[in-house]
Amino acid sequence: MITEIGHYVLILALGIAIIQTVLPVLGTRLNDPRLAAVSVPAAQAQFLLICLAFGALTAAYVTSDFSVLNVWQNSHSAKPMLYKISGVWGNHEGSMVLWVLILALFGAAVATFGSNLPRQLQANVLAVQGAIAVAFLLFIIMTSNPFLRLDPAPLDGQGLNPVLQDPALAFHPPFLYAGYVGFSMAFSFAVAALIDGRIDAAWARWVRPWTLAAWMCLTIGIAMGSWWAYYELGWGGFWFWDPVENASFMPWLAGTALLHSALVMEKRDALKVWTILLAIITFSLSLMGTFLVRSGVLTSVHAFAVDPERGVFILGIMAVFVGGAFALFAWRAPLLSQGGLFAPISREGSLVLNNLLLTVACAAVFVGTLYPLALEAVTGEKISVGPPFFNLTFVPLIVPLLIAMPFGPLLAWKRGDLLAVAQRMTVAAIVSLTAIITALALNQQGPWLAPLGIGLGLWLIMGAGTELASRAKLFDASLGESWRRLRNLPRAAFGGALAHAGIGVMVLGLVATTAWRVERIEALSPGGTLDIAGYELTFDGVRESLGPNYKELTGVFQVTRGGSPVTTLEPSKRAFAVEKSATTEAGIYNALGGDLYVVLGDSLQDGAFTVRVYFNPLVRLIWLGALVMFFGGAVSLSDRRLRVGAPKRAKSKPSVAVTAGE
Amino acid sequence: MRLVLLLFASLLIWGALGASHAHAVQPDEVLGDPALEARARALSVGLRCLVCQNQSIDDSDAPLAKDLRVLVRERLKAGDTDDEIIAFVVSRYGEFVLLKPRFIPHTWPLWLATPLLLLAALAGIILYYCRRTERSESPNPLTKTEKERLERLTGPDAHQGGETS
Repeated sequence: MITEIGHYVLILALGIAIIQTVLPVLGTRLNDPRLAAVSVPAAQAQFLLICLAFGALTAAYVTSDFSVLNVWQNSHSAKPMLYKISGVWGNHEGSMVLWVLILALFGAAVATFGSNLPRQLQANVLAVQGAIAVAFLLFIIMTSNPFLRLDPAPLDGQGLNPVLQDPALAFHPPFLYAGYVGFSMAFSFAVAALIDGRIDAAWARWVRPWTLAAWMCLTIGIAMGSWWAYYELGWGGFWFWDPVENASFMPWLAGTALLHSALVMEKRDALKVWTILLAIITFSLSLMGTFLVRSGVLTSVHAFAVDPERGVFILGIMAVFVGGAFALFAWRAPLLSQGGLFAPISREGSLVLNNLLLTVACAAVFVGTLYPLALEAVTGEKISVGPPFFNLTFVPLIVPLLIAMPFGPLLAWKRGDLLAVAQRMTVAAIVSLTAIITALALNQQGPWLAPLGIGLGLWLIMGAGTELASRAKLFDASLGESWRRLRNLPRAAFGGALAHAGIGVMVLGLVATTAWRVERIEALSPGGTLDIAGYELTFDGVRESLGPNYKELTGVFQVTRGGSPVTTLEPSKRAFAVEKSATTEAGIYNALGGDLYVVLGDSLQDGAFTVRVYFNPLVRLIWLGALVMFFGGAVSLSDRRLRVGAPKRAKSKPSVAVTAGE
Repeated sequence: MRLVLLLFASLLIWGALGASHAHAVQPDEVLGDPALEARARALSVGLRCLVCQNQSIDDSDAPLAKDLRVLVRERLKAGDTDDEIIAFVVSRYGEFVLLKPRFIPHTWPLWLATPLLLLAALAGIILYYCRRTERSESPNPLTKTEKERLERLTGPDAHQGGETS
């Protein structure tokens, strides 16, 4: 019964979404504000209905109702409650329902909190959101219905892929989707602005917080996926340039560029046309990410759902929205006027450089991900594009960006003084040069680039500090005055500096663990020992145990350092009977300066096991850096200036809002 | 032939997934000579495990990856150069095995797209700056009388310049 209600309200939501798409557009065309205002209750109703549908599906999972096909395929009564719930979005159909739920949530937020938006803009934004919802609701109902019944109901389900039964992966998709779908806000605002033919700084003020929130979710979602890969896949890798990883990384790169260009637009009313284009590109890449993952066109670790029919449907959705938006852009963008002027050496100029490098880097990832597919489709030739390609194309674009990064926030708007900024960066330069020389001295066998990388990481962190110090006029004013200035800095300034420092932290982790990782692979019998990075591991043997839905074989390792006990590590292998597959759980000890990482390998004769031990120096800085970036975003988002909308002012002075230019 | 290989591969994927998740190099494979072993590892990172999903043979514990690792090490012991080994592996398994595609005609767009785009974008930005300065320099060029008036207002003897527009 609950399932049928879920099915019913999902179809109702489709109906509402159609109304939400058509009436506001009609209203703004016919100049009928009442018709346009329908968009608000429609968006709210749509959110409620999809909430109900999602709740109904969750209820079916929680109660293990195996008469529902989707539950039977992806759940099992013996599964822990957490994974019964995360199983809702751990499969294709459910994850699409989550997708539209988040979409509807964003739409409802604009409807509810957007009362200070210009009416016409709000109506058009909600109409575009509605159109996206129509497409995806149609997709769900026609090709991926989660509410189909089975008759007779089977006794028990087939279980969830064990790889997905993990806390980090349970919450990885919701964050990722919140990021993807959050960019739909930027898209809808961009399309609405194109329909209106007008755009101003108020537009950027509205778009920035949404983009920032989406960016934060995507950052944490990607970091979670990487953290999961690190401890679950069993060889301590954290990023593989896998197509599905790339699919989430491309919107992140474009979204980062969008955040920065929207900044220029908000503060200086410049780069409007580019910002609009970037908003369209970012969401297009999000759609493409959905397509790549959901259609199964990729051969990759993540492509769990494989069904070409759906792929064609999503491809159609993409063609309509991406093609439509680009056509609209080509038609209407010339109407948008140019904004403020600036010199190449200026804050705006530095953000242009940021956008140049980020978008080209994004294009490098795009080409590397899609070229093999295109080549195979056209010529039948199969090639692989792996990490070496991205190291050669992506890295050379990102490194200059990182080197230039600390300069940007120190430059003045309109016209900056590079020399003065360079002087302010002296301390940061000395610190990172010292670090490079020290690292070179300690690291005489190479790898030679690693010390430079460490210097770069410190340069970024020091650069962020320099920005705050220089804004507070530290050493230029009295200490009390600096403190007062620092306290009065807008939170967005702290947020930006934190996010930039977070990248520095991440660079340190990436470089250290890539360059100085230590590895031992040995066959150990019980009682055998192994030395690594100053630690001594003693293998005590294995024990078998039963988990809620798996059998576990655990190896016990005593870790000592200089004779004194440090910890006991228990890497294990889990065999899932229902799903007929296995996972490895690494034993990880977070030691000072790095991770001790132990994996239990295959069983050999006489009770011996293949044992892999790694020491990954500073590896946690990678995810710590991502957390700092996330936190920086949150601090920036809490800035009053972002919450208080500017549109009021723009309404009272319509001449500020630039309409059709020359 | 390709189709057969593909079918074979997809059959094996099921098997590989069952035992999956990467255990990589086995202790008995490691070569005695550390220099040779280091070369072997460097080579294996660039070779794809054909039955896995986007893993190098260095990361994969599939039987086929093991065979390839052993093969690479045998060739190394026989004294082949890195290029010879790559060429040998490609001749047996095709281009698909290379995680770093070679620079040959059908991968030209792959390798050249990014640098070309970078150049095009740079050119676009330079053009943007040039056009903007032109426009900002002379949005509406001053007429002769306006110029004279400006001269009068800002010149050395313009002390009581009350006019501002």
